[in-house]
Amino acid sequence: MATTAITTDTKWWGGGKSPFNVEYGKLMMWYFLMSDAFTFGAFLIAYGTIRFSSTGWPDPNEVFQSFPGLGSGLPLMFVSLMTFILIISSVTMVLAVRAGHERNKAAVVKYLFWTIIGGIAFLSCQAWEWHHLHEEGAWWGRNPFVNQDGTASSTNFTNFFFTITGFHGFHVFSGVVINIIMLIMAMTDTFERRGHYLMIEKAGLYWHFVDLVWVFVFTCFYLI
Amino acid sequence: MNNEGVIGTQTDVGHVHAAHHDHDGDHHHHHETFISKYIFSMDHKMIAKQFLITGMVWAIIGGLMSVLFRMQLGYPGESFPILETLLGKWAKGGTITPEAYYALVTTHGTVLVFFVLTAGLSGTFANFLIPLQIGARDMASPFMNMLSYWFFFAAGVVMLSSIFVETGPFSGGWTAYPPLSALGSASPGSKTGMDLWLISMALFVVSSLLGGLNYIATILNMRTKGMSMTRLPLTIWALFFTAILGVLSFPVLLSGFILLIFDRNFGTSFYLSDIFIQGVGALPNEGGSAILYQHLFWFLGHPEVYIIILPAMGIVSEVMSTNARKPIFGYMAMLGSLFAIAVLAFVVWAHHMFVSGLNPFLGSFFVLLTLLIAVPSAIKVFNWLTTLWRGNLRFTAGMLYSIGFVSMFISGGLTGIFLGNSALDIHLHDTYFIIAHFHIVMGVAGIFGMYAGIYHWFPKMFGRYLNNTLSYIHFWVTLAGAYLIFWPMHYEGLAGMPRRYYDYSNWESFKQFVGLNQFITIVAIIVFATQLLFLFNFFYSMYKGRKVTSQNPWGSNTLEWTTPINPGHGNWVGEIPEVHRWAYDYGKDGHDYISQTTPVGADESRH
Ligand code: HEM
Ligand SMILES: [Cu+2]
Repeated sequence: MATTAITTDTKWWGGGKSPFNVEYGKLMMWYFLMSDAFTFGAFLIAYGTIRFSSTGWPDPNEVFQSFPGLGSGLPLMFVSLMTFILIISSVTMVLAVRAGHERNKAAVVKYLFWTIIGGIAFLSCQAWEWHHLHEEGAWWGRNPFVNQDGTASSTNFTNFFFTITGFHGFHVFSGVVINIIMLIMAMTDTFERRGHYLMIEKAGLYWHFVDLVWVFVFTCFYLI
Repeated sequence: MNNEGVIGTQTDVGHVHAAHHDHDGDHHHHHETFISKYIFSMDHKMIAKQFLITGMVWAIIGGLMSVLFRMQLGYPGESFPILETLLGKWAKGGTITPEAYYALVTTHGTVLVFFVLTAGLSGTFANFLIPLQIGARDMASPFMNMLSYWFFFAAGVVMLSSIFVETGPFSGGWTAYPPLSALGSASPGSKTGMDLWLISMALFVVSSLLGGLNYIATILNMRTKGMSMTRLPLTIWALFFTAILGVLSFPVLLSGFILLIFDRNFGTSFYLSDIFIQGVGALPNEGGSAILYQHLFWFLGHPEVYIIILPAMGIVSEVMSTNARKPIFGYMAMLGSLFAIAVLAFVVWAHHMFVSGLNPFLGSFFVLLTLLIAVPSAIKVFNWLTTLWRGNLRFTAGMLYSIGFVSMFISGGLTGIFLGNSALDIHLHDTYFIIAHFHIVMGVAGIFGMYAGIYHWFPKMFGRYLNNTLSYIHFWVTLAGAYLIFWPMHYEGLAGMPRRYYDYSNWESFKQFVGLNQFITIVAIIVFATQLLFLFNFFYSMYKGRKVTSQNPWGSNTLEWTTPINPGHGNWVGEIPEVHRWAYDYGKDGHDYISQTTPVGADESRH
């Protein structure tokens, strides 16, 4: 690539080079993310259809109102913290990618480390929330919460909640594993030897995607 | 699989040959063991052969199943000792039990749609043709390519094992609608068999994603110099759209399956509501919707039928143009119609659900969108016919199968227009008319596209020719047989004969079809036997067939015919050729054909 002089009339689609000027791995990552977006899209649309064909639905402000150590009566506080953590981890990921561009190994390692910490913190929060809901009697097939109008609610509230946030949590978990591998590769100078940190960019794309999905999951389950 | 050893000795010749020259190329070889070369191979050509042979094994298994259940349909209640020999307790006394009948139909459908016509067709030809025709040494990621095959293989192993469990394989139809598929107590097949079915299909989704991402990245990124997108052979365009359809629709199926797994095992009610089921009683579930599953399934299910047919269309365009010695008629129109089909494929799924309780108003939009697909389909058909028109036709077996494909696609496409009308569909839904429609337009046409590809590229795959006489017998019997089997089913369907019934002889109204059903069964057995003839031809020719002696036996323009007769890993000896023109310069300016690698002459006419 470096030897190809990029003139104004370069035929990007003419063969012999990548039309988007990216390596194949990044292209695959983009297509994979589109595909994964369809997986989540299907889940969320399924959730939407079932929810709107149900006679009622619990109020998220009633369900999600506990904070570890502070008791209950704090609607959506804890999930706001979780969301904040995830967004910060996205920022550190951006910094890691930028450090990679600058081939600054120390900074890559530092920011990857913080991204991993953010991911683990998010997963721990999720574990606490699940555990807490489980204590209250909620699980797949069991729903202790009532609808907003006080009528009995169907179990699909908890069914969808655990399935979709669980699926998202699984994605975060995979992201953490990928980032740990990236961290090890960075520390053992694998990228230095390759002369580029492009792998970090791909891991970054995935991480941002998982973040973005959370925004939708968060909106669907906690806000509306 | 002892025949792999045979492929081995075959390609060995080419390997030694290529490796020898490779030193002056920029591709270098390391020592390959039997395992790395034939089992965990990362050479796209070997992976293609693995897909092909595995697909063929599944075609035989799935085809044999159809022969077995056709015996029940043609001769209900009669005893055939051979059935007991083959099926044991599932055919006590030589008559297939209803459970076994439904299990056979279900496995037949699943296996043929996914393992044969998806993995066997696009797995084989995407792997084989993409690097060879775009001018690349291999796929973008040979490793992911290998994984893709092994996930497919694992899916097959799990599916096969489901046949041997105590309660039998899944028996609720290839579409696996709940509640039947969600409730283990609803039927024997919905127990362990269904769990294995779901695991197998999940593995298959992973395989197709790994493959599809690789195909897309390879086509976009690895084209050789000069191979612009509009110079690509139509095979590659078709495989490109196929891969995109798969990458975007299989994940939705996966979501649907995950919800189904929860309903089956973890007490959820995504698809189940407070219904009453015979033998089970009232369900405790509440609030779920069985229609939701149908939406998720058909959001994949409809693109899936195009995942099957698009590669066949690409192969047919290529084989037909080569053997008509004429440029493909309307290259850009072919490309545009492929694109239109790929887009429309995503927005017609609910035509499978007109009578499911879908809002009729919503249905009317799906009628419109569905009938729109007829437009690009018709464009393609007319372009094939005009390619044939006044061509210098060479009736090779590949060409015959291509023409047969067009015939089948027309016959089956026309009945699609009947079905796309939601009012007519009230009468036709779930009858033999549907069976006739999709077997002709997808099943037979898809298999014909696959045969066209095998007959055409066999010399490139194995360096030998298939036997011509056997090929012609195979073609004509299969063509006539396919029409004789599926055409009469239209009449049965119009008369109201429902699909998926075990025995029609109790109905006064269907007694008129007793003879017809026997006839269909007999033809099905003959056609199945003819496929064994093909199999013999295939494996015999692989090591005893006439050797290919010229590099470009069909006088073809595309790049795969510029490689050595038995190309090694890396495909080209030395530099990858540069491309100067499109793939369809046949019969131009007095030249029979002009390879894509020939520079455009100064005095050459432009098209
Ligand atoms: C003009 C084009 C076509 C139209 C308008 C059309 C329309 C339809 C409709 C409305 C149905 C649903 C009928 C019912 O279940 O009541 C159907 C079934 C089906 N079609 Fe088509 N079709 C067309 C072409 C194709 C093609 C090209 C393929 C495959 C390559 C295909 C494969 C199938 C399959 C597999 C089914 C039945 C699935 C099942 O219920 O098991 N169709 N078609
Ligand atoms: Cu369809």
